[in-house]
Amino acid sequence: MESIQAKQGLVGPNDPIQRTQLPYVTGTSVVALKYKDGILMAADMGGSYGSTIRYKSVERIKPIGKHSLLGASGEISDFQELLRNLDELILYDNMWDDGNSLGPKELHSYLTRVMYNRRNKFDPLWNSLVLGGVKNGQKYLGMVSMIGVNFEDSHVATGFGNHLARPILRDEWHENLSYEDGVKLLEKCMRVLLYRDRSAVNKLQIAKITEEGTTISQPYALKTFWGFTAFQNPTAGAEGSW
Amino acid sequence: MTKQHPAWSPYDNNGGTCVAIAGADYCVIAADTRMSTGYSILTRDYSKICKLADKCVMASSGFQADVKALQKLLAARHLIYQHQHNKQMSCPGMAQLLSNTLYYKRFFPYYSFNVLGGLDNEGKGCVYTYDAVGSYERVGYSSQGSGSTLIMPFLDNQLKSPSPLLLPAQDAVTPLSEAEAVDLGDKLEIVVLNKGGIHREYMELRKD
Repeated sequence: MESIQAKQGLVGPNDPIQRTQLPYVTGTSVVALKYKDGILMAADMGGSYGSTIRYKSVERIKPIGKHSLLGASGEISDFQELLRNLDELILYDNMWDDGNSLGPKELHSYLTRVMYNRRNKFDPLWNSLVLGGVKNGQKYLGMVSMIGVNFEDSHVATGFGNHLARPILRDEWHENLSYEDGVKLLEKCMRVLLYRDRSAVNKLQIAKITEEGTTISQPYALKTFWGFTAFQNPTAGAEGSW
Repeated sequence: MTKQHPAWSPYDNNGGTCVAIAGADYCVIAADTRMSTGYSILTRDYSKICKLADKCVMASSGFQADVKALQKLLAARHLIYQHQHNKQMSCPGMAQLLSNTLYYKRFFPYYSFNVLGGLDNEGKGCVYTYDAVGSYERVGYSSQGSGSTLIMPFLDNQLKSPSPLLLPAQDAVTPLSEAEAVDLGDKLEIVVLNKGGIHREYMELRKD
């Protein structure tokens, strides 16, 4: 394979190739589902720096164009870079001024190609993306991983959500969920993630997209319950521990 | 100075199994519809079968992003062929194109295990089987993917003597889905290609 140095700077001729990255500031799961009128997507607002929860107001769901929502987990700076690319894409689309606009399917295809081609260069955008939207009555919900694996389904989740939320969704999701039921189901998933994912924070946004448009809720917190008897006197069986 | 090891792999195995069997004037191609990663299921409803030309269908398992890229490339090349020659590409022709395309990336392979099925220039069923870097062979039947080690011996046993097997693809894949293949299941997509055209049907498989 090639041994060309990709990046300039403090790189010597015998140094290893420096393309592969490690993520620094990361977001955790995004969960989304199709409901009667469109798509519901939820993500918390945490940006972790390794094991520290460094940022607590990161918006990880953004509207793209008229018809789509993009949610991202993984490296926040790569997500911001992607948003810049998408800004340019939407701008050029608007400049055609031909009455047509990029729908969720097209955006999903674009994002898949971008992610795949970056992985081909061994320089991935370290994100798992959820792309949902409605155009001409057609609901669409898809996912792309950082190596370009993509698919569409009635419900998707990234990261820990894949392990903890998907089984709940498989059990309880059905066609034509009402808005209230959809939100309840998403909150149930987010609550489980809040209890079990160490990088989750209790400040989340739920975004909704329908034919009419997008709404991203104000940040709010979920109610949690910690009053279990097992937590009441935790050292009962082991004096001296904490 | 130690060599820097990458923190990620550019490949993933999204699982699944494909089968193709050639008949006298037809061809059957089947693949499961599960897409997985590690021990998780990503989706239960993903088609691994792609129609490349009127008489040529490809089924691929392995790394889904590479499979998608391969399908797009071949579809684009087929479109150019149609523009230049004003006809559909033949199955043997597509078979050679697939082999060359795979070998082109010999030093950063498409992690894609393919079977090509269709009708040859004389209307007889044909199946071509590939490895990830393009080595290929025309055979009477083949399977690729995680379940292929279980299916191939079964096919060898059933198809060594010529006998009219009604729809062997269904029988070939079900017993194996009951066995140990963790990443095989959900639904089976069966495509039958004959001079009447292309016919597709689905069969349920285990969901766990």
